[in-house]
Amino acid sequence: MRWEKLLWTIALVGLVFGSFGIWDRLVTGHVKANYGSYVVWGLWVAAYIYFVGLSAGAFLISSLIYAFGVKRLERVGKLALFVALVTLFMALLIILLDLGHMSRFYWVYTRANFSSMMTWMVWLYTAYFLLLLAESWLALKPDLIKGLTPETLQRDRRLLKYLGTIGVPLAIAFHGGVGALFGTVVARPYWHTPLYPILFLTGALVSGGALMTATVAFFWPDRNEGYRDTVKYLGQIVLMILVFDLILEFAEFSIPMWYGVGPEYELMRKVLFGPFWWVFWVVHLLLGSLIPIGILATQRERPLRVGAAGLLISLTFMAARLNIVVPGLIEPQLRGLEEAFHDPRLVFQYFPSLFEWQVFAFVIALGIAIFCVGQRLLPLMEEAPMERVA
Amino acid sequence: MQEDLRRALKKPMEERRWGSVLDLRKCVGCHACNIACISENKLPPGVVYRPVIEEQKGTFPNVSRRFMPKPCVQCDNPPCTPVCPVTATWKQADGIVVVDYERCIGCRYCITACPYAARTFDYGEFYTEGTPSIQPYEKVHNFEYGKRWVRTEGDSPVGNARKCHYCIHRLNRGMLPACIVTCIARAKYFGDLNDPESLVSKLAVKPNAFRLKEELGTQPKTYYLI
Repeated sequence: MRWEKLLWTIALVGLVFGSFGIWDRLVTGHVKANYGSYVVWGLWVAAYIYFVGLSAGAFLISSLIYAFGVKRLERVGKLALFVALVTLFMALLIILLDLGHMSRFYWVYTRANFSSMMTWMVWLYTAYFLLLLAESWLALKPDLIKGLTPETLQRDRRLLKYLGTIGVPLAIAFHGGVGALFGTVVARPYWHTPLYPILFLTGALVSGGALMTATVAFFWPDRNEGYRDTVKYLGQIVLMILVFDLILEFAEFSIPMWYGVGPEYELMRKVLFGPFWWVFWVVHLLLGSLIPIGILATQRERPLRVGAAGLLISLTFMAARLNIVVPGLIEPQLRGLEEAFHDPRLVFQYFPSLFEWQVFAFVIALGIAIFCVGQRLLPLMEEAPMERVA
Repeated sequence: MQEDLRRALKKPMEERRWGSVLDLRKCVGCHACNIACISENKLPPGVVYRPVIEEQKGTFPNVSRRFMPKPCVQCDNPPCTPVCPVTATWKQADGIVVVDYERCIGCRYCITACPYAARTFDYGEFYTEGTPSIQPYEKVHNFEYGKRWVRTEGDSPVGNARKCHYCIHRLNRGMLPACIVTCIARAKYFGDLNDPESLVSKLAVKPNAFRLKEELGTQPKTYYLI
């Protein structure tokens, strides 16, 4: 397959380029990173919320099938579960690399502090991960084990429905929890908004749904009528949520900009008109929202164009995630702090270093490679016997 | 202050409430407190517990400068501790907010949660890195929290969030924090806010005393006099 070759090439280039960064991370720790003690989270944390968003979004698409029985999407259920698993793995890997002490990560389980939103998030995504594994197994079982009786298939189907139904509140809680992790930080006016858990959820649905749309549009082997219908349907779902997401974002930005004073206003002015204005206007709004809306609204019958719109949205959504993490940290908490002590780690500016990009590239490449291997080994893009029985 | 300290140390820990008062009218902006802190705790590049903020006001010829030392303000209601996913940071019974280096996983959530930028992250750097050899004074141990800490690659406190702890190791030995005793202008006061006879208790209620970002409800135990 042409697309598969392209993906493998991207994966290999990314793995080679990224392995230097991984080596540096393991040998020298965080020394080569550009984040410091003031802008304390950077590209990797943004990538983490981007990847978990993709995962939650892809999962919620799968639950449309398994929990709510949306027939038009039935064929992509297994693929959606697998994409959710791969992107969750990418998220966990990059956030593990972001820790100061990677070997202590399991203390979040053994020494958990439940007053921290971070603890809730970790516990919830662990439950979500286990649920994803169980669901993927049940969805793939009819393809992997031949000769299952109709009773077994029916039972598995029921179980899948239960798990899918449990998964919906879990995915909502877990990704809303990521939003709450930022929203509860009273010290950061840019993050401290009750809208964040909801914005994170819609963002997850948009980016994850868009990724699923692109994956199905480009990789689905049988380009039959069913395929065209599924891509069209996915595209329309993404379009609706994208418009809703933009409305929420408008609320988020317009109110502080309207009253025109205070720390939120200053920070949003920096996002909209500061040195990285193009991240919002060009990458997020033009490439990631307006052009895809145009394509999805007018080209709905052309699967590859719908897929291209999905690809644009899902790739550029990283810009929206960066615009959450970094601006929240670039304003000194006290006036004059930026001049109080001179050190490269004690500045209120941030642009990721080559090392950070390398690690980021490695994680993406690894995800792509796992996806390629998975779709080769597992019958992700076939009509499963279970569907036929059901 | 030394007498206040001695009196406080005779009480059980939970009956003490350490606090400080910083007189901005007296501070001359010499940064000696910061240097003393760096020297006492052997702080590496990028880790700073109490920088001095310098503010310039007005336009020529009507200008003035103000210097504001900014340690961890030791909140009574600290927003940095509940966010820690592994309970590696908490407020002690005597009011000091501490970090357990051996428990901290280095997620840096607490650093984002502090409204006073009082926490910094130890990236494992050395001032004399890139020179023929890292100088011994950078590798010598410090005594934070009453333990001996040597900064070696990958071991705590490298990879941890670090913050001012009022020099607990000195307090426990009957000595005032390094920044307090180093102040050339005698602009800093330290003591037990629970002791009505202590100097800090008397100064903290002066009409010209204020605390940073009171509106957040963090109840800092560091007061400024203006």
